[in-house]
Amino acid sequence: MVEATTSPSRSAGRRVREADEPRESLIARFGADKPLQLDAGVSLSPFQIAYRTYGTLNAARTNAVLVCHALTGDQHVVGRHPVTGKQGWWETLVGPGKPIDTERYFIICPNVVGACMGTTGPSSINPKTGQPWALDFPVITIRDMVRAQAMLLDHLGIDSLFAVAGGSMGGMQVLQWCASYPQRVFAALPIACATRHSAQNIAFHEVGRQAIMADPEWKGGRYETEGGNPTRGLAVARMGAHITYLSDAALHRKFGRKFQDRANPTFSFDADFEVESYLRHQGISFVERFDANSYLYLTRAMDYFDLAADYGGVLSNAFKDTPTRICVISFTSDWLFPTSESRAIVHALNAAGARVSFAEIVTDKGHDAFLLEEPELFGIVRGFLDGAGRARGLA
Amino acid sequence: MASVSRDIAANQVDRAHERAGNARVDLLFIAQMVEPGAKVLDVGCGDGELLRLLVETRGVDGRGIELSREGVNECVAKGLAVIQGDADTDLADYPDDAFDYVILSQTLQATRRPREVLEHMLRIGRHAVVSFPNFGHWQVRLQLLFLGHMPRTEILPYSWYDTPNVHHCTIKDFRQLCGEIGVKMERSVAFNAWGSPLRFSAPWWFWNLFGEQAVFLLSRRQAASR
Repeated sequence: MVEATTSPSRSAGRRVREADEPRESLIARFGADKPLQLDAGVSLSPFQIAYRTYGTLNAARTNAVLVCHALTGDQHVVGRHPVTGKQGWWETLVGPGKPIDTERYFIICPNVVGACMGTTGPSSINPKTGQPWALDFPVITIRDMVRAQAMLLDHLGIDSLFAVAGGSMGGMQVLQWCASYPQRVFAALPIACATRHSAQNIAFHEVGRQAIMADPEWKGGRYETEGGNPTRGLAVARMGAHITYLSDAALHRKFGRKFQDRANPTFSFDADFEVESYLRHQGISFVERFDANSYLYLTRAMDYFDLAADYGGVLSNAFKDTPTRICVISFTSDWLFPTSESRAIVHALNAAGARVSFAEIVTDKGHDAFLLEEPELFGIVRGFLDGAGRARGLA
Repeated sequence: MASVSRDIAANQVDRAHERAGNARVDLLFIAQMVEPGAKVLDVGCGDGELLRLLVETRGVDGRGIELSREGVNECVAKGLAVIQGDADTDLADYPDDAFDYVILSQTLQATRRPREVLEHMLRIGRHAVVSFPNFGHWQVRLQLLFLGHMPRTEILPYSWYDTPNVHHCTIKDFRQLCGEIGVKMERSVAFNAWGSPLRFSAPWWFWNLFGEQAVFLLSRRQAASR
């Protein structure tokens, strides 16, 4: 069984505070005059978007790069994370002199709608009740997230983006940006993603959601008002999902069948194996920074994503006459979003006459490779953005 | 057989050469056949040398397909729009008339179905540019005739057991194929082992014997166009 290191009440308190008043973030508030129209058929109002920016917007406002975070990411792309104290999630790729260069580009990363780091989500306060939304929060889609991001850009006075980049769920947002706002995106980098969530991926998500809902402390989602926190369920959900982010080869290389701090098996259900101990740690550290209901909503948003379905079942129609330069990247050992999914994107873009590049990177690190030290990824992202920057007239 | 104007345009190539540094001579001839500013697909674009030359000297909107992962990644890192793919299978995914030119540079002999590849090229593009090593070159003929082994030359350096080239052809063979599938040969050039173009007034048999490589600019016949 998984034990959380922080007491549920303390971590719940911190989460609510972070959900309302996120530290080290900027907040854009949208009042009753600017509701967010949702695919679910309702509108969200008022709402807020927590975001961070890095670098400087040039005078012509042509060097903005939108970074879209993945399922459990947030706006803290680089720099110290206010909750975990750890480094940002994309320090490998973003920073001064890095491929997404903060000295050349103005980087914006918003926390997505439905998340729990300051943008309105199920742990935010529902103004009608004065209580956290919980499951009264409307179901969110990837397109809703992107629509909110477009409102943020309007708010910032940025007409068109030099680039949109993201991996996994972030890559889905990138693809949605290309489909919804082609004239606002000069270059796009969808990494390790797909235009629809596969049955296998929906299945994994459902296991995670059921783990959360099976936790007695979940209480139908009302744990914040009724007391408690489904940390065990959320940790199990994270443990299961984390396996899908790695690969058999990576797990074997990292852990093999090695025992954890012992020479022999204990003939018990302790974490005898290093890999068990590692997964338990992943689960425990995750619940300190993430809200269980947000996990339900964001996994649902990914499940619902099917870009072709929004365009009469023909994916290339989503990209018809797109002016955007698009660079699709996949990883050989990614079995969550395998190369075949990226190839389908490329075929559709070719059929639409788009200016597309596609590279598959050889690695045994699995889906998470987009977050890790992958020199070939850095070279490709840098080369693609440099080329696009020349075409855009950026210095 | 279709009538052909064989155009060497050596002066233009020399000027392109000055701009492009030390690009391969066959690439310079190809570049010279492409209208400036055209939309171009380079099939089997390798490390992107030709695409880059086309972008820099002809200002084309260039795309590429390359089979090798290393080649693709090198191209993308250079800022070129290149995807990983196979000429034999992936050309079918492109819509009709998507490009002004589809180029197959030194790749024809490595395709499994050269005829289908050529047909797809002229469906996707208004023009096709094909360059290939001429298997009718005298060095090739002499090696087989007198030495009795599979020919190996500077541009065909592989042993028979590890060559990627599965469909060698001669200039004569290629012209015959073009005739069979109703392709109009607009321009062509052959050059010898030293990269000098052969006299364009020379007869075809002379090209087939002394041309080490050939470049053809093709277009659809009126009847074959859709």
